Amino acid sequence: MPFAVEEEIIRHDAVVLGGGLAGMRAALEAARCGADVAVVSKVYPTRSHSVAAQGGINAALGEDDSWESHAFDTVKGSDYLADQDAASILCREAPGDILELEHMGVIFNRREDGRLAQRPFGGAGFPRTCFVADITGHVILHVIWEQSIRDSVATYDEWFAVSLIVEDGRCRGLVAMDMRTGRLHTFEAKAVILATGGLGRVYEPSTNGLICTGDGMALAYRAGAALMDMEFTQFHPTTLFPSGVLITEGARGEGGHLLNALGERFMSDYAPERLELASRDVVSRAEQVEIDSGRDVNGCVMLDLRHLGRDLIMTKLNQIHELAMDLAGVDLVTETVPIRPGMHYQMGGVKTDVDGRSTLPGLYAAGECACVSVHGANRLGGNSLLETVVFGRRAGRTAAQEAAEEHFVNLTPAIAREQAERIDALLSRSDRGIRTAALRRELGAAMQEHAGIFRDAAGLGAGVDALHDLKNRFEAVSIQDHGSVFNTDLVSALELDNMLDLAEVMVTSSLERRESRGAHARRDYPERDDDGWLKHTIALHTPDGPRLEFGPVTITEWQPQVRSY
Amino acid sequence: MDVTLNVRRFDPESESPESRFQEYNLEVEDYFTVLDALIKVREEVDGSLALRCSCRASICGSCSMRVNGHAKLVCKTKVRDVANAQNQVTVEPMGNLPVVKDLVSDMKPFWDRVRAVKPYLQPEGEEPEAEYLAPNETMLHLAGVMSCIMCGACVSDCTAIEVDQRFLGPAALAKAYRFVGDPRDDADRSRLQMYSQPGGIWDCTRCMECVQVCPKGVAPMDRIMGLRDMAIEAGFSNNNGARHTEAFTDSIKHSGRLDELKLPLRTFGVFNVQAMMGLSLVGLRAFLRGKTPPIIHKAIPGKDKVRRLFDKVEGKR
Ligand SMILES: Cc1cc2nc3c(=O)[nH]c(=O)nc-3n(C[C@H](O)[C@H](O)[C@H](O)COP(=O)(O)OP(=O)(O)OC[C@H]3O[C@@H](n4cnc5c(N)ncnc54)[C@H](O)[C@@H]3O)c2cc1C
Ligand code: SF4
Ligand code: SF4
Repeated sequence: MPFAVEEEIIRHDAVVLGGGLAGMRAALEAARCGADVAVVSKVYPTRSHSVAAQGGINAALGEDDSWESHAFDTVKGSDYLADQDAASILCREAPGDILELEHMGVIFNRREDGRLAQRPFGGAGFPRTCFVADITGHVILHVIWEQSIRDSVATYDEWFAVSLIVEDGRCRGLVAMDMRTGRLHTFEAKAVILATGGLGRVYEPSTNGLICTGDGMALAYRAGAALMDMEFTQFHPTTLFPSGVLITEGARGEGGHLLNALGERFMSDYAPERLELASRDVVSRAEQVEIDSGRDVNGCVMLDLRHLGRDLIMTKLNQIHELAMDLAGVDLVTETVPIRPGMHYQMGGVKTDVDGRSTLPGLYAAGECACVSVHGANRLGGNSLLETVVFGRRAGRTAAQEAAEEHFVNLTPAIAREQAERIDALLSRSDRGIRTAALRRELGAAMQEHAGIFRDAAGLGAGVDALHDLKNRFEAVSIQDHGSVFNTDLVSALELDNMLDLAEVMVTSSLERRESRGAHARRDYPERDDDGWLKHTIALHTPDGPRLEFGPVTITEWQPQVRSY
Repeated sequence: MDVTLNVRRFDPESESPESRFQEYNLEVEDYFTVLDALIKVREEVDGSLALRCSCRASICGSCSMRVNGHAKLVCKTKVRDVANAQNQVTVEPMGNLPVVKDLVSDMKPFWDRVRAVKPYLQPEGEEPEAEYLAPNETMLHLAGVMSCIMCGACVSDCTAIEVDQRFLGPAALAKAYRFVGDPRDDADRSRLQMYSQPGGIWDCTRCMECVQVCPKGVAPMDRIMGLRDMAIEAGFSNNNGARHTEAFTDSIKHSGRLDELKLPLRTFGVFNVQAMMGLSLVGLRAFLRGKTPPIIHKAIPGKDKVRRLFDKVEGKR
């Protein structure tokens, strides 16, 4: 039975793909600018991975803090690859956005005097991370979702997008599958905003949820939009063994120590001043060196919170106390917990300007799927939630304003039919082919091995080969579920298809960048090379794989310096 | 360890769409959660098994199901903790909600309930230029309530929803509490009035199920009781539930024991003929089984002590 295509076209001025923080914030802003806007999301909005953000969100609110200082930390953290105009906007607008969130109802933790409390975070010269215990992302997303109910923003929950629609060089909509029925629908929009989040599942292990498969980036890439800086992948220093689930940076922010097998606080050898609170790339590499040198405990190092005491752990780090108990059987009040670095965040993404415009007219992007770029080669903790609200808002506004100048062109379901054929082809393969999950695990292992914390030409070359092989074998993937209703077997195959394209861009870009910068650490090129490589990598889709170009980095105030913590 | 998962399956597209159990035998690691086991089934044994999951860290709220008859977040439930002596575990979709397919429940009735409580802050007057000032303890307390991940476990096992789908239910009312308890919200009165309507806070039977199954310690029933207190204090006592509570407290306060005969009269009102007819049937059945309360209501010997307890508690408030 062929996959059903809905003839009727759904029209909205603006369609936001993604119901996480960036998407919901963009939708809210577009609605407040008068646009008829709808959110399309493959999970119910509150299930989006933004809920998992524990630690907090940055803004220079303190009397002796300044947005300039925040911007400097961001630029330094980025190893000078961030565009400084974008980083300045992020940090200058941060206090306004935090206050707005507070006014919407976010229950930020307070100081004694009832004002917002702030905690220290890695790579920051000042305690400027606002937080709600260790459920910051969860509370912010739920509050923005509450606002979307107040403003009656339309949502298409559990609709899986399979393609963008480009006509006459402009993005005019998208095709999405209603997972309840399996029908493919055509959305026509004057503006499409991508807010599909990260691609963590490309690696194994990863702190990201199982839904973080980079779909939006892959859709944009295939539709002709540029991806940028895809070689920069952040490995978080504290993930639980074996699941890869995250222990928040707040644990170190509140004073947690890292110990090797000998019980030494090894960070003093790598970052004598900031110790555990050096930036993430620095701490993760230090851990990896300890592990590779045999000072590990079964491939891990230990996180020690015992000296913080029960009260602090139970009030400010309650969620991770629960996680360590559930997933590792460890009571953080009395025991140390084994942790290791794991894939956490993708700095690169769909290239946008500071108002969210991608290189494809009509297509905007915000949040983790976008690359503005504010994080450059390494993101600071607490800056990503901030990015979702600041640039989600800006993209929503720009898209609404520019949509007002556009007209519907009366799309037909032609692209939906093409997609139905693609799905039919997948479904009609024999039941006995390769399982999606097996291939996905191979992908994760290959990325971890060849494009992990430390990289070199030989490994990355092998990575490129491994990806070609995996892409070939994807042609033999088979799907056991032949139904239309909630076919998760089919969805995971389509997600894997997306991840394979992105992984190819990631290893190709990593092989090309012959220097070490931020999270991209080349054993064969251990130094940063500003003369050769202070530039963005831009990847464009061709039928034979990515074509790479390079673009300039915007430097306004802060000239590159040696980066030490 | 080898386990048998007994999974209730339902395929709406099959020729005879009826649910049935399917057994999966598999080997699991000691640290496996029920979710890990189900994912293993889906990935290695049977790709057609449908379930929702994402974060694996009990925060996205996708994976509530019934395990051995009770609602659980399966990413938080270890196989070894729930397997019986024969190493079997039974997994079914949530209760009180329609099923879409296999372990995927239709969450629409859940979200509709949450939407019904006006789940957004309603401040009045000028916004302050900076943040609203608020005590940290209040924010921490609200964080405890806001840690609700909307997983639906409480609704699945709520005994009141089971008999009356119109009940707003535990999750929605916990959400409601979060606004009444928020010093920035100025709609307390209209909220409490709304929540006191039929289907609201007085429909809870205080069975505790929601407190027991909630994976995040939200304790919805306690929130509902909090709302009841606030509703009575705000003067919304002209309804069965509130009258019942007041009569109950008054009776204990004055005699140290419950006057079971007077209670319904005060709850429903003497002139509520329909309710009285219903109750007299209950009374008759009770009489026939020798369970009638004493006609003459006597005070207990220590009633003064009870009285002093009340004074103490009320003085504190
Ligand atoms: C465990 C963890 C902890 C973190 N902690 C912090 C922190 O403390 N501070 C901080 O600043 N950052 C933190 N981050 C990073 C930050 O949370 C994320 O970068 C950010 O929340 C991403 O938000 P988003 O809106 O871009 O994407 P998401 O929240 O991931 O939302 C993506 C949305 O896109 C939708 N979608 C995706 N593909 C499709 C498709 N094909 N069809 C339809 N819809 C689709 C999904 O349904 C979802 O709604 C953390 C990240 C992780 C993983
Ligand atoms: S205590 Fe009340 S709300 Fe909770 S499950 Fe029982 S009846 Fe439902
Ligand atoms: S109150 Fe608890 S059980 Fe109910 S939806 Fe929220 S987290 Fe789930």
